[in-house]
Amino acid sequence: MNNLSLYFGLVFSGILIKNVLLSQFLGICSFLGVSKKTSSAVGMGMAVTVVLVVATIASYAFYYLVQVPFHLEFLRTISFIIIIAAIVQLIEVVMKKYMRGLYESLGVYLPLITTNCAVLGIAILNINNGYDFLGSILYALGSGLGFLLVIVLFSAIREKLELLDIPEAFKGLPIALITAAFMSLAFIGFGGIL
Amino acid sequence: MKISDIFKDGIYRKNAILIMLLGMCPTLAVTTTLSNAIGMGISVIVILTLSNISISIMRKVIPAAVRIPAYIGIIAALVTIIEMLIHAYVPTLYVSLGIYLPLIVVNCIILERAESFASKNNILHSTIDGIAVGIGFTLAMLLIAFFRELLGTGAILGFTILPASTNMLIMILPPGAFLTLGIILGVMGHYSNKKKEELENE
Repeated sequence: MNNLSLYFGLVFSGILIKNVLLSQFLGICSFLGVSKKTSSAVGMGMAVTVVLVVATIASYAFYYLVQVPFHLEFLRTISFIIIIAAIVQLIEVVMKKYMRGLYESLGVYLPLITTNCAVLGIAILNINNGYDFLGSILYALGSGLGFLLVIVLFSAIREKLELLDIPEAFKGLPIALITAAFMSLAFIGFGGIL
Repeated sequence: MKISDIFKDGIYRKNAILIMLLGMCPTLAVTTTLSNAIGMGISVIVILTLSNISISIMRKVIPAAVRIPAYIGIIAALVTIIEMLIHAYVPTLYVSLGIYLPLIVVNCIILERAESFASKNNILHSTIDGIAVGIGFTLAMLLIAFFRELLGTGAILGFTILPASTNMLIMILPPGAFLTLGIILGVMGHYSNKKKEELENE
């Protein structure tokens, strides 16, 4: 029972409270870059969620099965980034072969994800926070869903912003950042729940 | 290519944060205080300069097809070295930069400079470019951190300047980061629009 509430808390805090984008600032480049249209935001969000979960499983296994027994913890950053790059390639190949439809909708975003700091960030955070295997996967899943939720909401707002009469100087990114500020403020409100 | 041009490009004409909009994650995350911004800025200057130097040296050896993984490998090795040095000698900074220190690996600025400058230019120019872009990045971070620390805690580098009654907690919370950068970009846009109009009127 105790474990169950802990796991539930990890998913929940990943989605709403410690949101990767709005409170941890991980993956902001793709957040600002791929949020002009809702359809591409959905694609990016789903691709990030998939890569986050798979990369977390692989990096967790590599860290505890290879690096800890051989005392190679200091190579964590360099090995994780290589694992993530390899996994992104692997997912791309597998999708291309077996999931053609999904590949066509997510394919363009996959190469971008290697340098998305959310993936490396969550992989390192899982180790730093000392989560167990299931906890790590759930935290990665929660973070991915949080990313998806926020990027889709944000892109919907940005589509509306296009039609509004905004001062010339604030058009585009400045007003988008200020919008993100208010979204972030709203998400702080979830902090009291857990 | 003139050396003064590299400096001007790196520091303001093509400022990494304010013009190119690269490296947003550390920009927003560690600008809560000026001292954090300085620590992050210096780490980035050192890593960027070293990565530019090493990629420029090896630019004729690295095959074009695998250049991106090779660059990421070089950058990750450098970041690991800097991370261990900071952990050993400045432990307080290590704690306050936290996860954003290893995340310099995926900072787009460093990969962008490797790809678009260091892989095409000689060692001297690449070194200068690394220093210039790093300084530009640091100055932009300091600008954001200055407003956030002053308005959020009423202090600059820990010295209290404004009375506690004017402190706005929101500025040092995550929304403050988005708000400050958005307003700075908007004000910059206003002045560059004005300049454009003046040029057109002439």
